[in-house]
Amino acid sequence: MIAESGHYALVLALALALIQSIVPLIGARLNDAALMNVARSTALAQLLFVGASFIALVTLHVASDFSVANVYENSHSMKPLIYKITGVWGNHEGSMLLWVSILALFGGLVALFGNNLPLSLRAHVLSVQAWVASAFYLFILMTSNPFLRIANPPIEGRDLNPVLQDIGLAVHPPMLYLGYVGFSISFSFAIAALMEGRIDAAWARWVRPWTLMAWIFLTLGIAMGSYWAYYELGWGGWWFWDPVENASLMPWLAGTALLHSALVMEKRNALKVWTILLSILTFSLSLLGTFLVRSGVLTSVHAFASDPTRGVFILLILCVFIGGSLSLYAARASSLKQGGLFAPISREGALVLNNLFLTTACATVLVGTLYPLGLEVLTHEKISVGAPFFNLTFGPLFVPLLIAVPFGPMLAWKRGDLLGAAQRLMAAGIGALLVLALVWAWARGGSALAAPAIALAVFVILGSLTDLVERAGLFRVPFATALSRARGLPRSVWGTAFAHAGLGVALIGIVCETTWNSEYIGTMKPEDVAKVAGYELKLDGLLQRQGPNFREMIAQFEVFSDGDKVSVMAPSKRSFSTRGSSTTEAALLTRGASQLYVSLGDVTSEGAIAVRIYHKPLVLLIWWGPVLMAFGGMLSLSDRRLRVGAPKPARAQQRLQPAE
Amino acid sequence: MRRMMAVIFALVLLGLPAVHAVQPDEIMADPAKEARARELSRELRCMVCQNQSIDDSEAPLARDLRLLVRERIAAGDSNSQVIDFLVVRYGEFVLLKPRFERQTLLLWLLTPVVLALGGIALWFQIRRRSRGGADVPAPPLTSDEEARLAALMSDDAKSG
Repeated sequence: MIAESGHYALVLALALALIQSIVPLIGARLNDAALMNVARSTALAQLLFVGASFIALVTLHVASDFSVANVYENSHSMKPLIYKITGVWGNHEGSMLLWVSILALFGGLVALFGNNLPLSLRAHVLSVQAWVASAFYLFILMTSNPFLRIANPPIEGRDLNPVLQDIGLAVHPPMLYLGYVGFSISFSFAIAALMEGRIDAAWARWVRPWTLMAWIFLTLGIAMGSYWAYYELGWGGWWFWDPVENASLMPWLAGTALLHSALVMEKRNALKVWTILLSILTFSLSLLGTFLVRSGVLTSVHAFASDPTRGVFILLILCVFIGGSLSLYAARASSLKQGGLFAPISREGALVLNNLFLTTACATVLVGTLYPLGLEVLTHEKISVGAPFFNLTFGPLFVPLLIAVPFGPMLAWKRGDLLGAAQRLMAAGIGALLVLALVWAWARGGSALAAPAIALAVFVILGSLTDLVERAGLFRVPFATALSRARGLPRSVWGTAFAHAGLGVALIGIVCETTWNSEYIGTMKPEDVAKVAGYELKLDGLLQRQGPNFREMIAQFEVFSDGDKVSVMAPSKRSFSTRGSSTTEAALLTRGASQLYVSLGDVTSEGAIAVRIYHKPLVLLIWWGPVLMAFGGMLSLSDRRLRVGAPKPARAQQRLQPAE
Repeated sequence: MRRMMAVIFALVLLGLPAVHAVQPDEIMADPAKEARARELSRELRCMVCQNQSIDDSEAPLARDLRLLVRERIAAGDSNSQVIDFLVVRYGEFVLLKPRFERQTLLLWLLTPVVLALGGIALWFQIRRRSRGGADVPAPPLTSDEEARLAALMSDDAKSG
């Protein structure tokens, strides 16, 4: 009964979406407020029904109702409750349902908080949202219905893929989807602007917080996924340039560019046409990502789907939306008025440079991901494009971009003073050079590029701080004044500083981990000692344990540093009998920002066990960086000037120049 | 004895081929040669895997390839000779970094081309704007706007 209700709710949501696709547009054409307002009610009702449908599927999974095919294939009665819930989106059908739920959530939010939008703009935006929603409801109902029943229900389920039974997976896909789907808002706004032939600063004011919100989630989602791969897949890698990862990186790069160009549009009313194009491209890349992952066109760790009818259906959605929106853009973009002149050396100019490099980086990832597919289709030749290619092409693009990062916020709008900015960044530059000298003096081994890369990262971090110091007038005015000024700075200024510093922090982590990573690979017997990077790990013994739906073998290590016992580590191997597969649960020991990483291999016939031990210096910075970036984004989002619908207070005293 | 039992039990339980990337028994005695082998392994694809290098992969094929790479190194091959040897046997597919050839031209050149074209387009945009932008006269008012302006002016005249 629950399954049927969930199914029916989804059909109703489709019907509502179809109404929402058409009626508000007719209303806008006839200038009929009642018809335009239909969008608001249908968007909220859609949210209600999709939400009900999603809750129905969660209920089925929690209750282990194996008469439903989706539950049978992805759940097990012995699975812990948390994984019964997260298993809902650990499979194709469920994850698509999550996708449309989040889409409905965003539509509902626009309907709820969009009261201050011009009525016809809101009607257009919600209509476009409904087109996307209708397409995906149809996709789910026709090819991926999660509520299908099995005629003769089995008594036990087939369990979820063990590597997905992890807390990382509980958080990663919803975050990622909040990001992916969040970009649908800026897409809908872009299409609405093109349809209306009108776009103004109020438009950008509305789009920017939504883009920022989607970007925050996507940033955290990608970081989360990377950390999950790092500890769960058991070989300590954190980014593989896997097509599925690239699928999430592309919207991130385009979204980051969009965030910056929308800023120019909001403040200076320039780059309108480009911002519209970026909005379309960002969501198109999100759709492409969904296609790549969900169609099974690539086979990788994440791609669970493999039914070609699904692939063709999503490809159709992709072509209609990307082709349609780009055609509309080509037809209408010239009718949008350009505005806001600026000199090449200016805040706008810096943001344009940022866009140039980010879109090029995005194009590089796109071509690297799709090239092997295209070549195989055209010439039947198979090639691989992997990490070494991306490191060589993608990496260098970030060097000029990172050098430019601290300059951007230092330049004034319209016409900036590059020399002045350079002078103010002098201290940051000197700091970076000192670090360069120190690393060169101290570091042993590794690539010669490591030291300059770290210096660059330090420059980015110090440069971001310099902006704050300059604005607060620290060292120029009394400390107390500077402090109160710093407190009075717009939160978006702090947000910019954090986000930019996050880039530098992540870069330090990446460079240190790849350059000075040390490892021990060997077979160990109990009482054996392995030495890695100044640590000694003694294998105490092996023991067995029974988990809820697995058995595991745990190896216990004692960790010594300079003869003192620091901690114990217990990596394990889990064997899931239902699927007949096993996972490696690495043990991690965090020391500052560095980690010791132990994972287990096979037991040899002599009773020894293969062990891999890594010491990864400053590895955690790789994820602290994105967390800082997301935190910066949140600060900027909480800026009162951006709070959606908040009236602008009149201020008597002169405000400091906001940056973000 | 209990430990022994545990190990035997583990062997039975985990006897599946859940092997790891580089195995202890694969490692070459000469650290310099081993480092070369690792470096090469990172550039070679495990063909049955999903975009994994043979250095990372747990698949039996990856192990065979790792051993093959080490065999060639031990036989005195240079890095490029090892790569050529593998390409002859397994095709270009084995390379994670495709060679610069006719059919990978677009792949390799896209990044610099996009960057250069984007840069040139921006340059012309800026020059056009800075030369003509400021001097372009504002477009004339539409009749609609003229009417509104006239209405405003007459309002002003009345109140003033």
